Amino acid sequence: MRENLINLAYLVAAVLFILGIKGMTHPRTAVRGNRLGAVGMLIAVVAALLDLHVVRYEWIIAGVVLGAGIGALMANRVQMTDMPQMVALLNGFGGIASTLVAGAALLETLAVAVSPPLQFTIATAASGLIGAVTFWGSLVAFGKLQGLVGDIRITGAQMLNAALLALTTAFGVWLVIDPSATWAYWALVVTASILGLSLVFPIGGADMPVVISLLNSYSGLAAAATGFVLNNNALIITGSLVGASGIILTNIMCKAMNRSLTNVLFGIWVPSEEAVTGDEVYAGKVKAAHADELALLLEGARRVVIVPGYGMAVSQAQHAVRDLVLMLEERGVEVEFAIHPVAGRMPGHMNVLLAEADIPYEQMKEMDEINPTFEQTDVAIVIGANDVVNPMARTNPSSPIAGMPILNVDKARSVIVIKRSLSPGFAGVPNPLFAADNTLMLFADAKKGALDLMNALKAA
Amino acid sequence: MELLVISLTVFVLAVFVGFEIITKVPPTLHTPLMSGSNAISGITLVGAVISAGAQISLLTTILGFLAVVFATINVVGGFLVTERMLAMFRRKD
Repeated sequence: MRENLINLAYLVAAVLFILGIKGMTHPRTAVRGNRLGAVGMLIAVVAALLDLHVVRYEWIIAGVVLGAGIGALMANRVQMTDMPQMVALLNGFGGIASTLVAGAALLETLAVAVSPPLQFTIATAASGLIGAVTFWGSLVAFGKLQGLVGDIRITGAQMLNAALLALTTAFGVWLVIDPSATWAYWALVVTASILGLSLVFPIGGADMPVVISLLNSYSGLAAAATGFVLNNNALIITGSLVGASGIILTNIMCKAMNRSLTNVLFGIWVPSEEAVTGDEVYAGKVKAAHADELALLLEGARRVVIVPGYGMAVSQAQHAVRDLVLMLEERGVEVEFAIHPVAGRMPGHMNVLLAEADIPYEQMKEMDEINPTFEQTDVAIVIGANDVVNPMARTNPSSPIAGMPILNVDKARSVIVIKRSLSPGFAGVPNPLFAADNTLMLFADAKKGALDLMNALKAA
Repeated sequence: MELLVISLTVFVLAVFVGFEIITKVPPTLHTPLMSGSNAISGITLVGAVISAGAQISLLTTILGFLAVVFATINVVGGFLVTERMLAMFRRKD
């Protein structure tokens, strides 16, 4: 009876999670959705506390208090620009928790039963593998986003990864054949940990949106695998929801870069045969402008589209950009934001930064929605973005970014690019947009550039 | 075996539910979606709580305790940071 009630509570929790994610389909209902999820979690934890196996509470209470303290501190302290790091860490913690729970469950089962069922051991091995890869992979992703770790390319990395995966699988098979061999589980966790490190080390910064989405998916799959270990439907349902969510985001990110998942994962960049150098593209054609001239241009504009990129996040320019927008709107200019799916370091990164600066979400437009409007746009302002506005993706089939969907800012009547220098973006290719007839460069850091423009506009 | 089939059924159906809802989430909310779904993937906390409280051996208690800490950071940090972000998306009327 008690067990049935507990399982019904888990069902209620799972339903609340589904409704919670459903709330995320609109900004108006999202806050309620998030709270529904939290209530679901509370119900699930209370149900777990009522489980007959739970006989002592001090370790649970200590763990929850400690974890909640750390979690609350992290959530309140983190800057919106650092959200990718935060999510990477949280993914990792979810992953390692699954690995630890599966390990504990293995020991517990061996203590009471002689031979656990096949499902149990397979799921335990899967939990150990996915959880450990997620944890260490996420730590490396965190280190990269935080600027602590560079790109480390080891020759033969793919061979190494294949060998590690084979070894991990071998330990898993051993565990399935002889479940009493707990050492095989921990050996599996160790090799999977090294695999997690070597998988993420070679991946470059701009590919982070894909990596974080994928690790998000893994953290869900690890929870689902643990659900199979414990025969707990709440974990299975929730884990598969998150797994699906991460996979969908991963897919969106890959499409937005026109790269395959394997391509990103193995850090492969196909170098272009006929590399175009910056000198050829830029020679004598780049026009640098002063903020005062640009202000005159903006004065006469009726419609302005702003394209933010990672540079805006790096220089914390979102508030300065908002002030510029308000100034333009005061003068009757229509302003919209064009957001490329991979702008920033995680899906939706730019939207969160703009929302932080009080820019209404109705003003943030997706690529497909805004692209047809560039022809009717008087001025497009590119702030700290590069590859996502490179027209070569459309025009040069031999370019490494050929076929990548871009924001067609070059079709606007005038383009202002705020950028510190002509240095190439992540793809390492020059951007003909900077040399286009209708482009004016404002060489400055995103924040300073936006402030200069605003002040010039104020004076004009 | 029977249990495995039931579990698999639940898993596959849940994946479909996930695909159905999540494709409807607008790109504007992708970051909160990620941190929010991340928070609920801390559901492993349920298993961690049982391990930490079951008193099978010292090792399982320690493993359970560590899992409770990590999963709770995941859950509490995830929900709170999502709440913080979503509050920014609210219309300021």
